[in-house]
Amino acid sequence: MEQELEQQTEEKVLDRPRPAIEMATTRAEQEPKDLPIVFSVRDLSVYYGDFRAVSNVEMPIRRNEITALIGPSGCGKSTVIRCFNRMNDLIENARVEGRVEYHGVDLYSDGVDPVEVRRRVGMVFQKPNPFPKSIYDNISFGPKIGKYKGNMDDLVEESLRKAALWEEVKDKLDESGMALSGGQQQRLCIARAIATSPDVLLMDEPCSSLDPIATLRIEELMLELKSEYSIIIVTHNMQQAARVSDRTAFFNVRLSDEGQRTGYLVEFSPTEELFTSPREKDTEDYITGRFG
Amino acid sequence: MTVEAPSEISRSLRGDPRRQRLEAFWRLLFLGAAAISIVITIAIILSLVGEAWTFISNVDLSSLWDIGWFPRRGAFDIRTIVVGTLLVAGIAMLVATPLGLGAAMYLSEYARPRVRKILKPALEILAGIPSVVLGYFALTFITPEVLKAIFGNEIAGFNLLAAGIGVGILTIPLVASIAEDSMRAVPLALREASYGLGASRMTTSIRVVFPAAISGIVAALIIGLSRAIGETMVVAIASGATGGSLFGLNVLEPGQTMTAAMASLAIGSDQVRGDDYAFQSLFFVGLLLFLVTLVLNVLSERFVRRVRQRY
Amino acid sequence: MSGSGIERGVVLVATSVDVTAVVRQSLSGKRRDPRGSLFAWALLIALLLSLLALAVLLWDVIADSLSVWVERTFGNFLTSQLSANPEVAGIWQAFYGSLLLMIFVIIFAVPTGIASAIYLEEYAVNNRFSRMVNAVIRNLAGVPSIVYGILGLTIFVKFMGSITGPEVEGRSLIAGGLTLAVLVLPIVIITTAEALRAVPNSIREGAIGVGATRFQTVRHHVLPVAAPGIFTGTILSLARAFGEAAPLLLVGGITTFFQAGADSSFLDVLQGRFSAMPVLVFSWARLPQEGFRALTAALIVVMLVVLFLINFTAVYLRNRYEKNV
Repeated sequence: MEQELEQQTEEKVLDRPRPAIEMATTRAEQEPKDLPIVFSVRDLSVYYGDFRAVSNVEMPIRRNEITALIGPSGCGKSTVIRCFNRMNDLIENARVEGRVEYHGVDLYSDGVDPVEVRRRVGMVFQKPNPFPKSIYDNISFGPKIGKYKGNMDDLVEESLRKAALWEEVKDKLDESGMALSGGQQQRLCIARAIATSPDVLLMDEPCSSLDPIATLRIEELMLELKSEYSIIIVTHNMQQAARVSDRTAFFNVRLSDEGQRTGYLVEFSPTEELFTSPREKDTEDYITGRFG
Repeated sequence: MTVEAPSEISRSLRGDPRRQRLEAFWRLLFLGAAAISIVITIAIILSLVGEAWTFISNVDLSSLWDIGWFPRRGAFDIRTIVVGTLLVAGIAMLVATPLGLGAAMYLSEYARPRVRKILKPALEILAGIPSVVLGYFALTFITPEVLKAIFGNEIAGFNLLAAGIGVGILTIPLVASIAEDSMRAVPLALREASYGLGASRMTTSIRVVFPAAISGIVAALIIGLSRAIGETMVVAIASGATGGSLFGLNVLEPGQTMTAAMASLAIGSDQVRGDDYAFQSLFFVGLLLFLVTLVLNVLSERFVRRVRQRY
Repeated sequence: MSGSGIERGVVLVATSVDVTAVVRQSLSGKRRDPRGSLFAWALLIALLLSLLALAVLLWDVIADSLSVWVERTFGNFLTSQLSANPEVAGIWQAFYGSLLLMIFVIIFAVPTGIASAIYLEEYAVNNRFSRMVNAVIRNLAGVPSIVYGILGLTIFVKFMGSITGPEVEGRSLIAGGLTLAVLVLPIVIITTAEALRAVPNSIREGAIGVGATRFQTVRHHVLPVAAPGIFTGTILSLARAFGEAAPLLLVGGITTFFQAGADSSFLDVLQGRFSAMPVLVFSWARLPQEGFRALTAALIVVMLVVLFLINFTAVYLRNRYEKNV
């Protein structure tokens, strides 16, 4: 039954472009709503020094779903997604308050090693950033430092297949990853991320520097990957969110009492609901293009 | 993918303690290396202050103002060597400022890319010439061939003027490179605005680029001055690093700078012991030198920071 | 940008340019701007004079040295020992001394300097400690080299004399080498830090995102990309150490002649008196005998050749590696 659903979904995506709302509705009709929770975010606020970038976010991320974070620029969506793999640790004066629970464990508690978190929660960045090494070494680096004991060649091939890149590069694994096209580089980055066998994939505007054709291929890929991974995607493209995601979180900016521009979560609903009958007026204004 | 129970997950998220220890080790190692530079600074200050204090507390301070710098005879006229340093540095800057700034402006505003590609590295070569070579050049060429032709017999074989010119030549590439960098950093838009109004290249360079780059240019001159003050070997070779010298303003005569005085004290200092405090005077002069160049360097950094702030 | 010379300058330009005259001139097809040409020539002359000084220096030194190459071969000059007699004096101890000093600098200054730069750029970016250390290093780079001689004299000669050179009151090659290493350390740190900064941050993010520790990121990703720049900076700082004489004078660099003992062990050499090429230039240049003038010039020529080789290696290697990345 699930295969049929997936096939139907795929065919619909490959058709000529349809209104986003229609597609979201079709998908929502077919999928169950109660998959287990992978990430539980409670009262999350992120500060850069004194500046509060994001305040009081609450949302659950469910397994094998694609959750999209949308909103105007400056609303903190990138800041939020980087909380899921502790990438905000890299910023000198960043401070995270609240709880981010991964399978019930508070990611920011003392007993958690960020290195381990990042092996389980992979990330793909806005601008493709393959290592200046061979394609093979790009993929094998993560597992190697993770003390992978199995057959590396097989792992590299499997990762590239899952990222829909194998056929294109199987004969040139020794060539530099930087010699690929933009879309191929991004798929290489996806393969690199899944090589460490994560269960969650974070994608921070993965298609924003790609052309429409490459974008389409990555969206197809995301839908394939959904069966094995839980995906969180930040996108400034509403239609993309409607095309691929199961649930959508809409963020907005507001002026705080101290005069700071702080991001906050406006609405978090199944995608179909958010785009057809949003609960908040701000949401409706945004998706109908009145601002942002 | 199986769902792990929270306790299993928290255990695996704890990470590998061996790896964490190794990571902490590397971090500490690198930190230690970085701390060495602080250790060095403290060591410099301690080395200078210790013996300099001995000098100050034991030497009759009025003798610092007497007629000449003859440390081995107990005469420590600071004025002599300070004036010597000022004269040499002054001559050096008289040479390096027009030539260095002129070269910088030419390379930045006038030179075609191909020309620049050849001439700029050529200037860099000058920067790599050791100072002892310039000292030799000043002694064996500048004095006999150039200065004697101008001044005839008035000029001595060892003199401050040749040393000053030598130090100036050494300083040119330093001034030129910093000044040129700051001129090139001036945004193209400013030049275009000027040309668009019909201004010539000369007017643009003088009235627009130069003022815009002034912070960097001042920094270049200050750094050049600091270098000229700290230069030892050119003076030691070309100006007569004798045991001492009389106070004098005549650059055609031999003279001493603070740096060359330190050098000659050091060479002969293992022969000197006793009440003269000649050895300690070395540290006293060194402390003065260190403070002067420190002040200059800090000053130049404030100018460099102003450049960064603007753009 | 606050109101300043720039805006005033542009206004001055606007008001001082006679637009009609300019238009008439350019439309007439003739460009006459004698003041402008004169200015351009003055600037060019400034540049050429500087280069002329360099050229004359090189010519003078080579010319002075010719008699040495003619009457004695290069090999003889290089391998003969120091002597008070200009007919037979050679530069061997100085050459050997300089070589050993360079090795000291490589052993002590390069790893320390690279490690410091790694800490400042990769581990402690922009916290109070690193900003202070950066300021300290910039100041150290501007300290006159003779002051480093004082540091060497106090610490390596007097304080550590029993280790560095028990027979010679500490005025040993080890002391000289350590002094030069300390002098050159800030330069290594600064050039390495620049090379590290040039590595795009996206590479670091990619590595960390896949679960690499900071050390793994630096070792497998940052250093390989920064290596050519680091290498070049290291070689150039060696060139700087090679030409230094003042600090060595304070630490006991010999200015008279001495015999290199034929059966002294390597440790004796390290702990014994030493000379170096720049120091030898200093002492020979002051000797009155006419014969030493040519010898000094020849020594300078050898020094310049060595410097040229060092710089050439740096540039060549940088070009080669930059193509591969």
